[in-house]
Amino acid sequence: MTKLSMPKIDRKLLSIKETVVKNLKKIVKSENVLDHEDQTRPFETDALTAYKQKPLVAVFPENTEQVSKILSYCNGERIKVVPRGAGTGLSGGALPLADSILLCLGKFNKILEIDYKNRCVTAQPGVTNLSITQAVEEKGFYYAPDPSSQIACSIGGNVAENSGGVHSLKYGTTTNNLLGVEVVFMDGTITKLGGKTYDSEGYDLLGLITGSEGLLCVITEVTVKILKKPQSVKAALIGFPTIEDGGNCVSDIIASGIIPAGMEMMDKALIHATDNFVKAGYPRDAEAMLIVELDGTDTEVTELIERVNEIAKKNNSSSIKISKNDKQRLKFWAGRKAAFPACGDMAPDYYCMDGTIPRGKLAQVLKEIGRLSKKYNLPVANAFHAGDGNLHPLIMYDANDKKALEKTEKFGADILKYCVKVGGVLTGEHGVGVEKRELMCEMFNNNDVQQQIKIKKALDISSLLNPGKVYPILRKCAEEGRVHVHRGKTKFSDIPRF
Amino acid sequence: MSIEEKQNFQTYQDSDIAEYPKNEKELSSLIKHFYKSGIPIELVGSGSKKKIGKPLQCGKTINLSKISGIVEYLPEELYIKVKASTPLKEIKEELKKNKQQLAFEPIDFGYLFSGKSNLGTAGGLVSCNIPGPRRFKVGSVRDHILGFRGVNGKGEIIKSGGVVVKNVTGYDLSKLVCGSYGTLVALTEINLKVLPAPEESKTLVVHNLKLENAAYLLNQSISSSNDISGAIFLPTEPECSNCVMNIEKTFKLNDLKYKGSFTAIRVEGSKNSINERLQNLIKELKIIDFDISILETYQSEIFWNKVKNLEFFSSTKNNIFRIVVPPSECVKLVYQISDNKFKYYLDWGGALMWVEAYELTEEKFESIRKKVVKLGGYVSMIKNSDYLPFVEEVFTINRARFDISQNIKKSFDPKKILNPGKMYTGI
Repeated sequence: MTKLSMPKIDRKLLSIKETVVKNLKKIVKSENVLDHEDQTRPFETDALTAYKQKPLVAVFPENTEQVSKILSYCNGERIKVVPRGAGTGLSGGALPLADSILLCLGKFNKILEIDYKNRCVTAQPGVTNLSITQAVEEKGFYYAPDPSSQIACSIGGNVAENSGGVHSLKYGTTTNNLLGVEVVFMDGTITKLGGKTYDSEGYDLLGLITGSEGLLCVITEVTVKILKKPQSVKAALIGFPTIEDGGNCVSDIIASGIIPAGMEMMDKALIHATDNFVKAGYPRDAEAMLIVELDGTDTEVTELIERVNEIAKKNNSSSIKISKNDKQRLKFWAGRKAAFPACGDMAPDYYCMDGTIPRGKLAQVLKEIGRLSKKYNLPVANAFHAGDGNLHPLIMYDANDKKALEKTEKFGADILKYCVKVGGVLTGEHGVGVEKRELMCEMFNNNDVQQQIKIKKALDISSLLNPGKVYPILRKCAEEGRVHVHRGKTKFSDIPRF
Repeated sequence: MSIEEKQNFQTYQDSDIAEYPKNEKELSSLIKHFYKSGIPIELVGSGSKKKIGKPLQCGKTINLSKISGIVEYLPEELYIKVKASTPLKEIKEELKKNKQQLAFEPIDFGYLFSGKSNLGTAGGLVSCNIPGPRRFKVGSVRDHILGFRGVNGKGEIIKSGGVVVKNVTGYDLSKLVCGSYGTLVALTEINLKVLPAPEESKTLVVHNLKLENAAYLLNQSISSSNDISGAIFLPTEPECSNCVMNIEKTFKLNDLKYKGSFTAIRVEGSKNSINERLQNLIKELKIIDFDISILETYQSEIFWNKVKNLEFFSSTKNNIFRIVVPPSECVKLVYQISDNKFKYYLDWGGALMWVEAYELTEEKFESIRKKVVKLGGYVSMIKNSDYLPFVEEVFTINRARFDISQNIKKSFDPKKILNPGKMYTGI
């Protein structure tokens, strides 16, 4: 495990743990406060398992008032709070701090209202993404954002991270499908933002808190849009002899005016690994494969498939297979959705990256990843939400090799830096968390980061909510706004500053 | 030359009142200067939507019209990067060359405020965040802004976002800036998401429906899988001879019958696809025996342009306001406000109501606001009148959101010098 700098531990607080526990038990039922390390161990990490830290206490509130009281208490006593949904986040956003209370929202697990007239569902934040679709599919509706972890990830976590999924090219990410939230701020204030209307007036606070990674408030209720399922959906599996051909095909499909419901790409390493895993019938001889999903009316889908086929042929496609029925279509997707676990076949551990690039730069970026893979001597497999430019290189390593993680992280950082260099961004849907916070200076300068930190302080004046995430720790001095410069010399000039 | 025209005239310089920075750096220096001296500034683009919001009393005006021009347009990457005061007309024309568009249908407020087209600038569009009829399908302006550059109230140049759709790097300030009426930053550059324009469009108009039946039909259409992109109700009731809204006068289309109210539903896409969807829709809605008109692409586009640009209200001297409620509440709302003299129409399948009110008073407006808030919505005054030239609260906000908004404002503009009071007193 590499060393991770976190905010300074409040030793005094550790010494009064018993008082904290006693006070929390006054707010929630005793059994909802876990303080023994055997009890808190399951919560020491999220899906970025390389980093582990047990919290001081894990607390499980059961309603919004309890969340408000806990935050208000912690605010008064200057106790740090880390919110946690299902713990499926890949960037360490829910990594506890030794002197923090881990606020677990697992007991907020009910769907509160299904409103077909206004085409929305109101749910508590611990409800899983998939169960929203399951709750409305009998009437032919669904919730569009579908991250690969949808079976386990919570809707509150989706809001905190602005999760996407394979259909976000056409249907948007969480922020485009969210109508309202109930949130609690660090001072205990409970507020509703948005509701069941399409728009809200004034500053777009709903937009601001979506993707704010638990730094601004705790989400206690979520209202999302639901859509009617399209009449017809088909997927095409297209094989290509080179990555460049696949990349060009993606650009040409978009340039022709087609917006597929989903457009995914995988490289040869992943085609084999996933096909071994789910036997999806992928073209094993291809260097790259596209899954293009098209939806609409029967006629429309038939027309679009024909057009996509034409474009693919122009880009030297080696094979094309169209799903004959829904079962086969879902099988096509099963491989893609199992891309991460399938890597387990290739190496003991994998590290998943998440940059977004302009679509046209795909071949260039994949070439660079190939070069870096050789440089670091670590194999890599690539899954790519090709339609919206979101790249997920999976770096394979062995955690038993003590130096491997450090090397892997450096490799990952180099990939993300390159994404920014070609006009992309550090993270498309996994969030910054602790994982990419030191890379923020690749994208933002001091002014940009300062503005974001000022917003954080506007809503959480003592920076108690999920501290140590998103913004760099090393550059703390510069982050807070002032650096003492003595006779033109900056202290620790080797440390990068914004 | 009127003041209005002067402000829109490129080479016009009035050094006593307005500053005309040529680029982001100049703008930054200017705002830094005003920040030091604490002088409030009014930010103006082309002035096309200047009348929306509260009137400002500022010591200085910064006219941003010279920060203009398309920076980069990559059709296959689905984005256009423009300087903030680039005329929307120029952007639309450029996109049209590649059969692309801004999918949220920017409203041309020129018809409402001056009786003729004046689309304004990209910056104005983003600052007001008011989308057109396609909103329920594709999202609002805020869903199509990928990133921006601008200058905050301290004169610091800041940026957020990028040119890609999927991006969660840091807080999404692009959304925050959208609809902030220039109270947070003076925008200098905007990255907008663009989408392919539909090949064809068809509109189904059902005649003579009563409000309840129309609302039901619109709701059914949006809830169907026919992927409709427009859903409006243009009533003939209530009668109000002092209102200008007149649907018969507005639409002069060959294939449109003039029989009572219009309930109009739009489908867009390839020819075969829209024919199929329209047939499905007629079957599913069970309206085969109803009195209907069908508008083909050419007339359909004219129809929706007139709707989007509020041409029914063109040159009205009455108050115009905009109400947004959950779609299921629209019928209730119409009856609840019926003690006023007004004309209205429903957009977004009932979730949006545009109202022209005659002899409106502040008390009546506030009473409408209370009813709207109770139904879970909000109301915004868009155009004032001689009867009611000023309202205390143009936009709707509650105490909790006001407090948060005030803190957000301070974080961008600590001395409150950017468009102070444009949205709310104290912000």
